[in-house]
Parts: sequence; structure tokens; C-alpha cells
Amino acid sequence: MNIPITLEATNNTPTAFQVATRRVRSRAAECTDGYMSSETSTQQSRSLKGEGCEWESVIGLEVHVQLATKAKLFSGASAQYGAKPNSQACAVDLAFPGVLPVLNREVLTMAVRFGLSVNAHIAQRSIFARKNYFYPDLPKGYQITQFEHPIIGRGTLPVITEDGRNLSIGITRAHLEEDAGKSLHDAFNTMTGVDLNRAGVPLLEIVSEPELRSAAEAVAYLKTLHALVCYLQICDGNLQEGSFRCDANVSVRKKGDPQFGTRAEIKNVNSFRFVERAIDYEIARQIQILEQGGTIVQETRLYDSVKNETRSMRSKENANDYRYFPDPDLLPVEVSHAFIEEVAATLPELPWQKRLRLQQEYALSEYDANVLTSNKTLCDFFEEALAHTKASAKITANWVMGELSALLNKNNLSIEQSPISARALGGLLSQLADNIISGKIAKTVFEKMWASGEEAVVIIEREGLVQENDSAALEKVIDELMLANPSQLAEYRSGKDRLFGYFVGLVMKQTAGKANPAQVNALLKKKLKG
Amino acid sequence: MHFKTLTELKLALQKKEISSHELVSHYLKRIERFNPQLNTFITVTGESALQEAQKADALRASTSENLPPLLGLPIAHKDLFCTDGVKTSCGSKMLDNFIAPYDATVVRKCRDAGLISLGKTNMDEFAMGSSNENSFYGPVANPWNTAYVPGGSSGGSAAAVAAGLVPVSTGTDTGGSIRQPAALCGITGLKPTYGRVSRYGMTAFASSLDQGGPFAKSAEDVALLLNAMAGFDEHDSTSLNVPVEDYTQPLNRSIEGLKIGLPKEYFSHLNAPMQKTLDEALKVLEKLGATLVEISLPHAELSIPTYYVLAPAECSSNLSRYDGVRFGYRCENPQDLNDLYLRSRGEGFGTEVKRRILIGTYVLSAGYYEAYYLQAQKTRQLIKQDFDEAFKKVDAIAAPTTPTPAFKIGEKVSDPVTMYQCDIYTLALNLAGLPGLSMPAGFIDGLPVGLQLMGHYMQESKLLNIAHQYQCHSDWHLQHPTARE
Repeated sequence: MNIPITLEATNNTPTAFQVATRRVRSRAAECTDGYMSSETSTQQSRSLKGEGCEWESVIGLEVHVQLATKAKLFSGASAQYGAKPNSQACAVDLAFPGVLPVLNREVLTMAVRFGLSVNAHIAQRSIFARKNYFYPDLPKGYQITQFEHPIIGRGTLPVITEDGRNLSIGITRAHLEEDAGKSLHDAFNTMTGVDLNRAGVPLLEIVSEPELRSAAEAVAYLKTLHALVCYLQICDGNLQEGSFRCDANVSVRKKGDPQFGTRAEIKNVNSFRFVERAIDYEIARQIQILEQGGTIVQETRLYDSVKNETRSMRSKENANDYRYFPDPDLLPVEVSHAFIEEVAATLPELPWQKRLRLQQEYALSEYDANVLTSNKTLCDFFEEALAHTKASAKITANWVMGELSALLNKNNLSIEQSPISARALGGLLSQLADNIISGKIAKTVFEKMWASGEEAVVIIEREGLVQENDSAALEKVIDELMLANPSQLAEYRSGKDRLFGYFVGLVMKQTAGKANPAQVNALLKKKLKG
Repeated sequence: MHFKTLTELKLALQKKEISSHELVSHYLKRIERFNPQLNTFITVTGESALQEAQKADALRASTSENLPPLLGLPIAHKDLFCTDGVKTSCGSKMLDNFIAPYDATVVRKCRDAGLISLGKTNMDEFAMGSSNENSFYGPVANPWNTAYVPGGSSGGSAAAVAAGLVPVSTGTDTGGSIRQPAALCGITGLKPTYGRVSRYGMTAFASSLDQGGPFAKSAEDVALLLNAMAGFDEHDSTSLNVPVEDYTQPLNRSIEGLKIGLPKEYFSHLNAPMQKTLDEALKVLEKLGATLVEISLPHAELSIPTYYVLAPAECSSNLSRYDGVRFGYRCENPQDLNDLYLRSRGEGFGTEVKRRILIGTYVLSAGYYEAYYLQAQKTRQLIKQDFDEAFKKVDAIAAPTTPTPAFKIGEKVSDPVTMYQCDIYTLALNLAGLPGLSMPAGFIDGLPVGLQLMGHYMQESKLLNIAHQYQCHSDWHLQHPTARE
């Protein structure tokens, strides 16, 4: 039974949802949504050469993946993003007396899909527990999460770094849990607003082993994981809306030391770029402390993207005692062999499988294959364009990763929003492959397609852009030009080779760029010699 | 009329000897007259009850086919069952202003069966107590002697039935909160198998122990009401997806040859008058052909420590939602978030609730979890196994419901441990998740004594059968308190 209750808090009509409190504000940062944006970084990871010795950083990541279900984890309310505050919070989400959670079994399929994709152990029996703490955006006063018995156990994620190294990063576990609501600290004067639309939205928390050794590796891991959950269609991957959020555990140790150093957990890292910066900052901070003879305190730290620094939020001594215990309202989750096999049968081609296939089937380089498979839609676009063109895979890949991606980035569009369809791009590249247009003309046609949405052939025909491949006609043009420029011809023939380009330019000008450049070169070479 | 059983009233309605409107009016007048001294009701929904009664009469006048089984009969709900649009206080200041936005499954099922709710009954705050003295709305008086407690936590529900203010009522039993007040008020009450009655909309005290159930004057009435209350509910994950039998069917079976176990641990500390009273009742069962066998439930003594770790642990978490943010009591002018929490909860909860939240928080804390919570889960298993072993040998178990009859209001309030011991004979069944029933078995100094029947998993009908056969051959359940005005 779901009772949709609208409890929208506005400035004019304070409701029970507003909590007057400085304390909330002081803890605001702690609960700020760890939204990640898709900005990426080119920054190189920091050198770890200290004053006296060499340091090694140790990083483990906890990623909260919002599962793309229609309904929430334990209630029938919609889990969709962006609705009016508190319009998607039913009696269960509001934790009214007497309400009980009922598991949305769709999440089991999603969790198992993930588990299978990283070759993980899938627990046939997992248990939901209660994590108890008080906060206004946590209506029950506890979060239902999996603690001692997660649904997904150990697995591995294959990662390729920017500089082309192949890593295999251990996944410690992945467990199901419900999201909290949102505290809105800025909307109300001295008050905090609470929006419970997000309360109860399903999350899969994916925890890595502390096997990442630099910020760059951490980012490569995150990007791979992000691509994976999108491939699996268990997450919409929307970084701005907080569908993929990350906390980083960072420590440093002297190179070769078998023991881990004391770690700090960094929260509130908002983008792939910020993850990298926050980790780099944190590594440098810890090395500095250790080299000055200090010790690292185990604590939770907050990343401030404006100042580019991390600062202490809560030390271990002040950490909450969450008093975990099995949730008596929920039975243990049973997942049968048959169910796991059913899910396995529907598993899509995974990014790294696709990457290998692109290399083998189309002879693409590992780099190209990696870029294309980093985003499922991009790769689907490439393969669809390839299916509808006479151009080679390499040419098609170059156009998708080059011209198309550049124009998309410039216009801040995603591949889904491309005004040129994969089929249309394939059509353009066929014209190129058939020598109907030159590469230079193709770029012009591409821009016109982008603006008008027309097919390449339509633009080429209307504007008469067909390449001149008739050698007799071309010879005639060249002959005329030689006659009209006798002094330049004489100079060329006396050894001024650079005048070759002058003649190429004249031919192209005369043919309005439609001459086949290769043909022009060959004919000119022959004729100019005399 | 007001001391008639539900079965008799049902027949009277069917025969049109009386209308539902007349019946409801009569009980409402009784409530008006006696509630001031008994304090059994927190909320009386007279107006809507009369309207529903009129509708029930109209329905009965228009057709006689497919009528809801309990059409037009009055009921009252313990005030922790959520009732749409009606205050649901749980006996707490915390929820004094709380109007539930939905009906508990039990409330809905009772309405679907044709029952008309007269209101919400008094109870120990959040069902924590054994005397109904822990209510924000004041103690309930025992109708047999108003200086005495009615038991708890469902004291209002039990006293209202005993006093003839309503023919049947609902209660909840986490550690004895149906059986103990049934015993002290001289009526019949049943705690079903865990999961037989939906907990959806039944405000949680200790989720793994809570179970709703019926109060009535006779086992036959309990069976009728259980028919309405029981059943699978997709909104409760712990609800049992097993078809509901008609609990009235086996009532008239002979109990000849049934083996009834008498756990020696439950009889060894009884005082002489209790022993004597229960012996008389057991003799009746023997006369009806049952064989009495001494058995042992060796871990019985672990019930109290196990229960008082697990129930507070769950309660400490279940009651976290009462934080002054979304509903319920909020302190005046909170200075900051911590102040809001501390004062709203500090002012909104009563002493016993706070005590149990503190105990529960403690036993779940880092460093104590293994020693208390985990250990208690293990002893809970031992207690369960005792019953599994016992039910290999016997069909049912008979035991005292309480160590003594009702005690005086105020007598035990200052000593929580003594108060906890009131539940010594009822806790084990909740820990084991098994059904139990208490029925009137005699009187000591004018106060009722209850005999408890315990059954194996889903054996409610066996307990009701034994109780009904007993009630066919005894008249303790037909005794009524006389009103002193």
C-alpha cells in the first residue's frame, strides 16, 4: 500500500520537514550528495618521490551505483529522479508507524548481473541488516543494508589505464542497500529542508580491494566500472544526477612495506576529475605529514573542489556506532542456481569482451577499441555506422572518435543526442570510400549534415560536390593551366619543386575542390615534367 | 445482552432479533458509562460506528446471500493498529497527535469481515508493559476489581471485553501481551503462530516477536475472530503464505486421547492457590479423555534474559523513527538538530520505553553485540529446540499463564525486574514463534486465573479445540464482573 504524500517545503509554508538547526548546517557537508560529473582530467598523477624515500599510495574505492528500477528497494513508490520534492515518498518511505519493507526483486537480477560480469561469488543466501543512526533524511533512523552477508562476494574487474597497462582489480564485495533522502541546506533560512524522494532508492555498493596505486588508476577503474554498469543496463550512469557516486580510501606507505598505512576516507568527490585531484591532494598531504615525522589519523575527510583540498570531517573516535543487526522485518534473500543461470543467459557482451572482438574482427588497435568500448552507446553507434557503410572499420572508427566526438563535445551533446545518425554517417563514409567525394569535401558535407539533418547524397548532389574522377577532363584543365602560367612552369622545370603545390592549388581552385586529390597529384607529376 | 458471546450476537443479528444499530448503540452507551472508571478506550469512534451499523443493517435487509461473516458486530482495536483517519497513539505522548494515513491489514480484514470498530483501546506505551500502567493516557482498571491492574500491554482490549464494553477486540502479543491480560481479566485470548496474522500497520515493538491476535469471551469467539484476522499479506515479508483454515471447524472434536504436556519448570515455583486452581482445570481436561504427561522445557529459565536482550534491541531500532521530524511529538523551539532529537524523544517517550531503548542500544553496541545480542540469538534457538522436542511427545502443552492473579495498581511500578517476571510463563512462546492461548480457569480472591495452552507451529485449531471442549464443561468463562458504580 503506498500513500503518496506531498510534503513539499517552501519558504512560505514551513512544514514538519523543516528542521531549525545550526547543527544540520554544520554537518551539511557530510551529507552533501556525492554527485559526480563526467568531466575528465588530463592531469598526471603526482610523483611519489619524497625527500628521503619513495612512497607508494594505496587506494580502495566504494562506489554507490543507483540501480535503474522503476520502484524503490522496499516500497512501490517511483524511484525516478527529478520529481517535485516529497511527491514520490509513500508511507513506507516516510517510515510511518506500522509500515514494513517488501523487497523489490528486480534488484536481485541486477545485482546478479553485476556479480556474473565480474566473475564474482554470488551468495545464495544474503541478509539485510539495519545500520542505525539519526539524521532527518533517514526517516526510519536506520538504513537497510547488507552487512555481514552481502549478495555479491569476491570478483575482479579488468581495467586498462590511460598509459595502456592492463590491471586486474579485485572487487571485495557488492551489496544492496537503500539510499537516504536529501537534506537541502541552502533553500531555507536557518532551516534545513528534507526531500525524501530519494529515500529508499536502490543502491548497489561496490567495494574494491585496496589494489589501486595512483589516482590515475583509480579513475581508470571508475571509468571501467561506469561503462560496465551501463552495459549491464543496471544503472542509467547519469553522473550529474548522482546515479554513480564514489568514496575513496587513501593511505600511503614506504615502497616495499608490506603493511598498509593508516587510511583516510574521502567523501564528496564530484567527478572523475575531482576523484583524481582529491586523491592526489590526499596522497601529498599524507606524505608531507609522514616526512615531517607526524602520523596519519584515521578519519573521514571531505573534498573541497573549490579550494582543491581535503579537510577533516570526523575522526575514528567520533565515528558512529551503527549497531548493525539483521533486519527482523525481512527474510534472508535466497537466490537459486536456476535463477543465476537464467540471469547468466541474458548477460550482454561486456566491455572487455567487446574490446577484444573489435580488435580481432575489425583489426582495430587496442587504443581505438578501448575508446570505443568505454561507452556502450558510442560503440553501438560505431558498429551501426560500420554496418551501413562501404568504408573500412579504421576509417569509421576515426570518424566516430574524431569528427563526430569533437563536434558532440563542442556542442556539449551526448552520443545519444547526435544530430547525425549512425546510418547517415555510414552513408557519408560510403561516398568517401567510393571516391565520390574527397576527404576534405566529406568534412564539409559532415558539417552540413549536422546543421540540416540531410543525408550526405542529398547535399552532395544538390551542391554538385561530386569528385572529378574523369582523367581526360582533368588533363584538359592541367594543360590549360600550364599554358596560362608559362613562367611558373619554367621555374618548376628548372628545379623549384615547391611550385608543385602552386599547381595543385590552381587545379583545385579551377575544379572547385572536386578533383580527386590523388589523381591530381599523379597527373601533375607526369605533365609538369614535360 | 452485553455479556453475550460474539457467536450468540451473530445469531441474534441473523435472526433479526436485534439490529446492528441497536447493538452498537448499546455498547457505546456501556462505554460512555463505564469507560471513565475503567479507562479502557483512548478513542471512541461512536459516530462512524453508528453509520457503519446502519449500512450493515441496510445490507442485511437487502440480501441474505454472501454477507460478510461477522456483519454488523462490534469490535475494538488496540491503539497500535493503524486506523485510517483515526488517532493511533500507541499509548504514547509521542503519537498523541498522530492520525494514521492508512489501515493496518488486521483492521482492513476485520472491516472486510463486517466488523464495526467502536474505537481504540488503551495499552502500555508502545506495548511495553505488563500492567497497563505505562500508558500516557493513564492506567486501565481491572473490571473484576478496579484497584487492580488488567495486565498488559493489551490491557484496554482485555478489560473492555471483560467489562462487556465490546464483545471482541484485537491485541498484540510480543511477550505475553494478549495471554497475560486475558488471564488477569478472565477472558480468552490467543497469540497465533508468528506470521499467521499480518504485522502490516501494527506499530512495531519487537518485529521478530510481535504478533496480533484476538480477545473474546470464549474459544469459539476467538476462532471466529481469528478467521477474520489471519492470512498471508504481501505487505509483510514475514507473513506465512499458507491457506487459512476455518478455525471453528475442529472446535467440537473430542479431545480424547490427546496428550497434554505439563512442563515441570512451569509448575515448580507456583504458589499453592494457583497450583490448586490449575489442578482443578487440568482434572477437567483429564476427565474429557486427555492424557496429562509431565515434560521438561529445560531452557525455560533462559526466557527472561533472552527476551530482555532481543526485544529491547529490536525496539531501540524500531522506535528510532519517532524523531520529531515528520510526525508525532516535537519539542517546543528546538535550538538545533541535537536539541530537537533529545527533547522530542526525551519528552515524548515514557520511562519504560526509554529504559528499553537504553538496554537495546547497549546490547547492540560495538563490544557488547557478541556478548548479548548474539548470545541471546543462540539461547533463543535452545528455547525453540525445547519445544520441538516436547511436541514430539505431546499434542499440546498446558501451563499457568501468569505466576499470580492480578496485582494492585502501583504495586510493582517501582521495580521493573519484578514487573518483567510477570511474563515468565509467556515469553518462551514468542521466542519460539509458536501459538498460545489463555483461558479462564478459576478465581482466587475474586480475581480470575488463566490456564495457558501452547501449541506447535500452526496448531491454533488444536488449542481452540481443547479450550472449547474445556469451556463446554466449565463455566469460568461465563462469569462476569458486576459493575460497582
